[in-house]
Amino acid sequence: MSGAPQGGAANAAGGLAYEEPLIFEQSRPGRRGAELPRCDVPEVDAAALLGENLREDLPALPELSEVEVVRHFTRLSTWNAAVDLGLYPLGSCTMKYNPKLNERVARLPGFAWAHPLSPAAEVQGLLELCFELEGFLAEISGMDCVTLQPAAGAQGELAGLMMIRAHFEQRGEPRSKVLVPDTAHGTNPASAALNGYQVQTVASGADGVLHPGALKAAMDETVAALMITNPNTLGLFEDHIAELCEIVHAQGGLVYGDGANLNALLGVARPGDMGLDVMHMNLHKTFSTPHGGGGPGAGPVAVKRVLAPYLPTPRVQRGPDGRFAWRDDAPHSIGRLHGGHGNVGMLLRAYAYILSLGAAGLRRCAEAAVLNANYLLARLRGAWHLPYDRPVMHECVLSDRALQASGVSTLDVAKRLIDHGYHPPTIYFPLTVPGALMIEPTESESLEGLDRFADTLLQIAEEARRDPALLHGAPHRTRHRRLDETRAARKPVLRWTPQEESA
Amino acid sequence: MAEYQLPETLRYTREDEWLRPAEDGSAVVGITDYAQQQLGDVVFVELPEPGAVLQQGEACGAIESVKTVAELFAPVSGEVARCNQELAQRPEAVNEDCYGGGWILAMVPSQPAELDGLLDAAAYAQHIADRE
Ligand SMILES: Cc1ncc(COP(=O)(O)O)c(C=O)c1O
Repeated sequence: MSGAPQGGAANAAGGLAYEEPLIFEQSRPGRRGAELPRCDVPEVDAAALLGENLREDLPALPELSEVEVVRHFTRLSTWNAAVDLGLYPLGSCTMKYNPKLNERVARLPGFAWAHPLSPAAEVQGLLELCFELEGFLAEISGMDCVTLQPAAGAQGELAGLMMIRAHFEQRGEPRSKVLVPDTAHGTNPASAALNGYQVQTVASGADGVLHPGALKAAMDETVAALMITNPNTLGLFEDHIAELCEIVHAQGGLVYGDGANLNALLGVARPGDMGLDVMHMNLHKTFSTPHGGGGPGAGPVAVKRVLAPYLPTPRVQRGPDGRFAWRDDAPHSIGRLHGGHGNVGMLLRAYAYILSLGAAGLRRCAEAAVLNANYLLARLRGAWHLPYDRPVMHECVLSDRALQASGVSTLDVAKRLIDHGYHPPTIYFPLTVPGALMIEPTESESLEGLDRFADTLLQIAEEARRDPALLHGAPHRTRHRRLDETRAARKPVLRWTPQEESA
Repeated sequence: MAEYQLPETLRYTREDEWLRPAEDGSAVVGITDYAQQQLGDVVFVELPEPGAVLQQGEACGAIESVKTVAELFAPVSGEVARCNQELAQRPEAVNEDCYGGGWILAMVPSQPAELDGLLDAAAYAQHIADRE
């Protein structure tokens, strides 16, 4: 069995693996999962009541029994890769373990059943929690005020740049440009462009960080903001951050901090102290709330006082009597960004996480995340090409350069990792590194778990030299072999369409 | 070092684009064989609007592959005369024939002197070698 990984590697799973058709394909006319009781009130004629609003073309929802629906979704759930199954080293995404205590807190009935439109008097506890969480995040980031509304990092960026734009418009000097280093995540230039700014890319230096000289050459009074991620997407601390902020401020500009990588700094250093004016925090990364399919995200934004007048409304406020209320009276606010009060379920989980770790625990979490990334780097040095071989923060970037002689690419490595039971790391990002593999182990992994992953990567490097075809053909142990990603991108089938019934 | 086709008759940029002056004073622009190989299978090309007036070096579109996305830059200043609309249906033309059917746009240069600043095939080959 050439396809099976050798040795005792990893998270590999075998056994029952269900194929599963689309739920629409399982539909049978008239099949039902529930039966309604006989109508015990006088029937009315819907057509007479609704007139032309009565729909003839009912949506073609699938028709199945209850057990078929349950099996369908349960089977699909067995296809998941999840951090509860094994290491999930997706760089820049901070796929840390989500403690189960968070879930208990979020399910407390008083929180879980609170309605977004409940009068403040009826949800004092929830408001107090939001108020305290704002305070925690302000303290952790070194900023003055926080909004919990944005639903993700990307929406936080949008909010931050809307506030920056409002600030310059308020001063009667609208500016036209936003500077973004070449290592930035794609959402940064996108958020700037959505706000009508022209995006100018600034090249980072040969050592992977942004240099004051390059910034000075690009900075002038048409620049509203520099957007910077620290540590950056190469996992490197931006050593010149204080000077970079000074250069921007000297020309009246503001500095936006992308806090996606805050996990590396928790309790050790504060972006606000480095000179940043506004930043988002991804609760689904740093503060252990679920990603993606696990629930919606949350991207609170913290600002220095200069931007406070523009924060989204409503804002939670504590009155002199200690009672909490929603406040809408902010004439310069950029307005509401989210229904209700943001994704409150995520706020509850982040609050539980912060309180259960405490200040010392948060610091230990950052220290362990950084130590883990450097440990991996140390074990891989030599067998793997390291484009920036220097101590990293919470993640490290490898490239496929050392494997190119055998014709093996980063994509092949990613697919082979699946055979070994690992979700692949982030690949081909950041764009400044050809063939990048970006690995973020997070603080959740034990030494044994890290060693297993390092052993697997060393073994794959060896497999690449010995048997490139094995990697070209990977994955071998999955339900489906390698999918044709090119055809999926060029000719996507985005929607199921019913087969024409033959008459 | 891998093999790349670099026709002698073209001018090149450090951003891996080529430019071919045409007789009517316009210039056809595309990406090089090196760029095409680095990107891998191209799945989408975002083109500028014909009529757009560009500064040399200005971002004016994007080329998306399965692996990554690369920006398209104006190799010289000038006005976009036409774009290769066929790429909307067949982005793979960029991989199959990057100097022919996979051309990207044609522009009318407004600063002819900028053409002299572009690289010839030998200088561009050296630029690739320096990066590899
Ligand atoms: C560096 C960086 N910035 C911004 C974002 C966007 O955050 P979100 O996915 O929460 O919208 C990400 C997400 O992966 C990121 O890695």
